[in-house]
Amino acid sequence: MRRFWALAPRQAAVILSSAVLLWLLACAFFPHLLAPADPLAVHPARGFLPPSPAAILGTDESGRGVYTRIVHGAAASLSIGAGATALGIVLGTLLGTMAGLGPRWLDFGTSRLLEVLFAFPGLLLALLFIVVYGPGGATSAIAVGLATAPGYARIIRSQMITVRQAPYVEALVVLGRGPWHRFWHSILPNVAEALFALVTLGVGQSIVWASSLSFLGLGTPPPAAEWGAMLADGRTYLGTAWWMTFFPGLVIVLAAAACTVLGRRLQGKARRS
Amino acid sequence: MLWAVATLTFFAIRLIPGDPALAILGGPGSEAGPAALAHVQAQYGLDKPLLVQYLDQLGRYLTGNLGTSYSLHEPVAQVIGSQLGGTLTLAVASLAVGWAIAVTAASAAVWGGRVGNACASGLEIAAAAMPHFWLGTVLILAFSTALGWLPAVSVPGPVGLILPVTTLAVPLAGFLGQIMRESLTAAAAAPFALSARARGESELGVLLRHTLRHAAVPAVALTGWAFGSLISGAVVVETIFARPGLGRTLLGAVQQRDVPLVTGVVLAVALAYCIATVAGEAGERLLDRRSRPGGPEGGR
Repeated sequence: MRRFWALAPRQAAVILSSAVLLWLLACAFFPHLLAPADPLAVHPARGFLPPSPAAILGTDESGRGVYTRIVHGAAASLSIGAGATALGIVLGTLLGTMAGLGPRWLDFGTSRLLEVLFAFPGLLLALLFIVVYGPGGATSAIAVGLATAPGYARIIRSQMITVRQAPYVEALVVLGRGPWHRFWHSILPNVAEALFALVTLGVGQSIVWASSLSFLGLGTPPPAAEWGAMLADGRTYLGTAWWMTFFPGLVIVLAAAACTVLGRRLQGKARRS
Repeated sequence: MLWAVATLTFFAIRLIPGDPALAILGGPGSEAGPAALAHVQAQYGLDKPLLVQYLDQLGRYLTGNLGTSYSLHEPVAQVIGSQLGGTLTLAVASLAVGWAIAVTAASAAVWGGRVGNACASGLEIAAAAMPHFWLGTVLILAFSTALGWLPAVSVPGPVGLILPVTTLAVPLAGFLGQIMRESLTAAAAAPFALSARARGESELGVLLRHTLRHAAVPAVALTGWAFGSLISGAVVVETIFARPGLGRTLLGAVQQRDVPLVTGVVLAVALAYCIATVAGEAGERLLDRRSRPGGPEGGR
């Protein structure tokens, strides 16, 4: 019984997070079922309505429903987050594998490159990329993916080194299996679980970073419905229409927190097994 | 290190589609004549081969000359110098506040047993997932719009610092707290903590004199990273609170595609990151005798 009470809050957090993610996925795939109104249709007479039963989360300056736009923005925001994470993980895995499994000079070279990239902390690398290619939704996804890759690479490198020295890999060496066989059949499957947890954590982080870029006016251009862009739009009317910034931000926080809770849970599982 | 950063930035910037000379004259819309273009190209050395430009630029950096901003028409070093103070104040204050919150929260969590630990863990995740732009906005809504206690726009002086520093410090405290709590829990179960308790030291004494010092090591080692994340957070926070500083300068430069200014700010931030990392490693060595060469357990 005591164990139950110790575990209960954690289980509740996992269940809640799964529910949030399921709802967001539903929004992304079936927005019209959850919000039948058009997210881009303009009704100037209904502008700046505060939250009420008629307009659940209020309306923005053009009379578009904030709730409608959040639901319809899920697809854009989630795909930017997922795309950025995919790019970051693929690049990070490539670099991490090169450093973790390659010859010593390759490890040295890659590790120095990663150190240089780490000197562009956080959004700096992404901002640099946007200077080069100009603002936009796809650019911000690529920028965030590039900016997160060094972090993934460092984690994957250390994972690779740990697994490489494990007894079961040494056993394959003794059995005379080639390096490719060892990589595909033994090392990669063992790193995969940790990788999966990293992806879950990464999607949350990427959504926050991409929204930061949109918030700064460097992401998806208006009038498209995207959470970060909605925030940037609402900032102009912060004093009069708080709901325009508060709710899109809340959804971003919920999405990021849900990804973090599930990612950490998966990480704990990967560590135990 | 800085050389590598400079090289990477230089070649990354050169990938920009379009003529840099045109950007100096105000972008494609300015309809600059060929004579004006040629003049600007000669003035900024853009007509020389790429390698010569690169070596020229490195040579100028070595003498402390970061070039002239396209958009502000001022030397970049001067612009950075005038904006650095505000951002540095913000970052250092946030680092201090973030640390204070993290240490308090981690100690309270270990103190509070299982329930305290669960509460702290939840709060940390929430704090760490809190994006700067949202936290800043909510703080403005609560303390400026609704209560009217604090100014929404950053004014000079300590009052104007409260909201921006809180915005930056809370997510940082979430990250640091997670790390501190884990290592503090491990340290509290270590044999040296038990022997200190057996000597009759109070729980508070054990915490202050023994475990906290050990628990701080991994978090101190992250100071460089923390500083870096504060700088990139400063871009957002300075924008929200309309506070002058390096972050807003960088954002403006990115929007204007002001290449020398972006390069200069990036170099300055990379330098700050390097200094903070070295300082963090020095702090780690100071706190943890095991990592000192010739310490009780030898070098690492």
